[in-house]
Amino acid sequence: MNRLKTSLAFKLLVLVIAVIFFTWLFLTYQTYGNWEFALKLRGKKWLAFVLVGIATSFATITFQTITHNHFLTPSILGFDSLYILIQTVLFFFMGHQLGGLLSNKLALFSVNVLLMVALSTGLFFFLLEKGRQNLYLLLMVGMILGTFFSSFSTFLQVLLDPNEYDKLQGKLFASFGNVDVSLLKITSILIVLVVLFLLRKAPELDVLHLGKEKALNLGVDVSRLQLQLLMAVSLLIALSTALVGPVTFLGFIVANLTYQYMGTFRHTSLFVAGSLLGILLLVVGQFFVEQVFHWNTTMSVVIEFIGGVYFVGKILHERKAELG
Amino acid sequence: MKKWTLMLILLVLAISSLFIGVQSIEIRNIFQLDETQKLVLWSTRIPRTICLIIAGATSSVCGLIMQHLTQNKFVSPTTAGTMDSARLGILVAMVFFPNNSMLVRSGVAFLFAFLGTMLFIQLIQRLPQKNQVMVPLIGLMFGNIIGSVVTFFAYQLQLVQNMSSWLQGNFATISRGGYELIYLTVPLLILAYFYAYHFTIAGMGRDMATGIGLNYQWIQLFGLGIVSLASSVILVTIGGLPFLGVIIPNIISLYYGDQMKQTLWLTAGAGSCFLIVCDIISRLVVQPYEVPVSLVVGVIGSIIFIALLLKGAKK
Repeated sequence: MNRLKTSLAFKLLVLVIAVIFFTWLFLTYQTYGNWEFALKLRGKKWLAFVLVGIATSFATITFQTITHNHFLTPSILGFDSLYILIQTVLFFFMGHQLGGLLSNKLALFSVNVLLMVALSTGLFFFLLEKGRQNLYLLLMVGMILGTFFSSFSTFLQVLLDPNEYDKLQGKLFASFGNVDVSLLKITSILIVLVVLFLLRKAPELDVLHLGKEKALNLGVDVSRLQLQLLMAVSLLIALSTALVGPVTFLGFIVANLTYQYMGTFRHTSLFVAGSLLGILLLVVGQFFVEQVFHWNTTMSVVIEFIGGVYFVGKILHERKAELG
Repeated sequence: MKKWTLMLILLVLAISSLFIGVQSIEIRNIFQLDETQKLVLWSTRIPRTICLIIAGATSSVCGLIMQHLTQNKFVSPTTAGTMDSARLGILVAMVFFPNNSMLVRSGVAFLFAFLGTMLFIQLIQRLPQKNQVMVPLIGLMFGNIIGSVVTFFAYQLQLVQNMSSWLQGNFATISRGGYELIYLTVPLLILAYFYAYHFTIAGMGRDMATGIGLNYQWIQLFGLGIVSLASSVILVTIGGLPFLGVIIPNIISLYYGDQMKQTLWLTAGAGSCFLIVCDIISRLVVQPYEVPVSLVVGVIGSIIFIALLLKGAKK
């Protein structure tokens, strides 16, 4: 037991050192003497990476424990696009009348997040209920739903007045490049709160990992816990999407790498390691994309590519193993 | 009998499609049009309606052929990476032959579509046992991967705007002189009809087909060739039309079975009807402007697709 703990601690230490090293590299590489300016610009980005890394890994790991499945992530089931749809619908139907209220970023943001949590929790329940027997069906329905949501939001966006459309675009597609500073503060506070909540629930998640029946026998109020967790997950995804826009495969990559790397099922360690890995992946990715290869590409395209290959590979592998 | 009802519906829809638009053309004045009206009718309305009929028919027949060849109800050019591979081909054509004609563009797109779809078929044949839903799931992912490659290079070469116009199916830009390439798919449809019997047998499985004496390898290559060529032509002239190839063949086979010689024209006709309805919606919803038809197809199509999936899974 003790040896296990030390090895876990060692693995975490390696991650921490890697994160610190790459953060240093990311912040200081080729600043051309304009130290303060570069730091300010990159520091903002770095903070966004940290928040997204933490939110994504907490959300995905929790979600995968609830669903007992390492393929499912909220993003793959189409929840990023749901978020964008909600935002578009709100803007579309209330943009005129409630112009005053909704031009207030904070108000729009809160209404949006609340709606997202309510709707997506409902949808999670529906999908998980329907897709209990057939994983591939569930994934497929989720992905098609994603297409539906995004077609529908694009549809509404085309109908919008061009001026309004510009306003909406500015709100929807924040990317790692231009993070909305005014939302950074409130987002980080909320993410920290949810993360603390999930850390407190980590022991119960460990029990839930054993299976629903066992958890029930061990005295966990499973359905209540599930509901709370799903709400936390929706909140995290909504916050991270609001901050940088959808990154479909990040959660999938990070969670699966974390299981492999850590080789444990203690959620406290998984959460910490996952967050570190997520941050590391984003910082290293951005560093290479920007500084080494000088690509103009946003990093989400690169993540999409790697994630897609990893996902297909894992399905094929799993399938082979299943059939011996 | 059913065939005639369908043709009648198609005729009614096609005619109403001709008379919807900003420039009002009244059906009762059809024999006494002024010059502008004549111009509009001949240079945009009629090409557009022809395009709709052909594109709807071709997309759904392509789906039908692919479903037989892969023995999977949920495979179509959009769920097997064909469309995304064709898009990659267009990108390559734009980079290496910048002053290309539509024909060159379609040719390169066809080559990529064919190779990409072959790759996908090889991929799924490596699976020990095929799950009905897993095959299109992997296909969609495969398409996503290729799509991200396309986005990546489009970004690098600053062709994003140019590329995204190939993403969206749109009939607004169809006019005389720019769409004639689509006629290329008509002989392909006829060819598909003559080989419908072979495709039906291929749909019963490789062993069965080989046992009867069919050259399975050849018919597979042939079918994929037709599908890739037709899809590339549609993509170059119009753009992407998501899920059309899945939903129409499924609905038809639900009622009329899997004997392709009998269902081919029904599938084609139903596809045209569906696309015309979507196009009319896309023109009416924001008059005098219009939304790209692929969005309407995407919204309606994905709802029907999910319904089909849930229904298919119950069986």
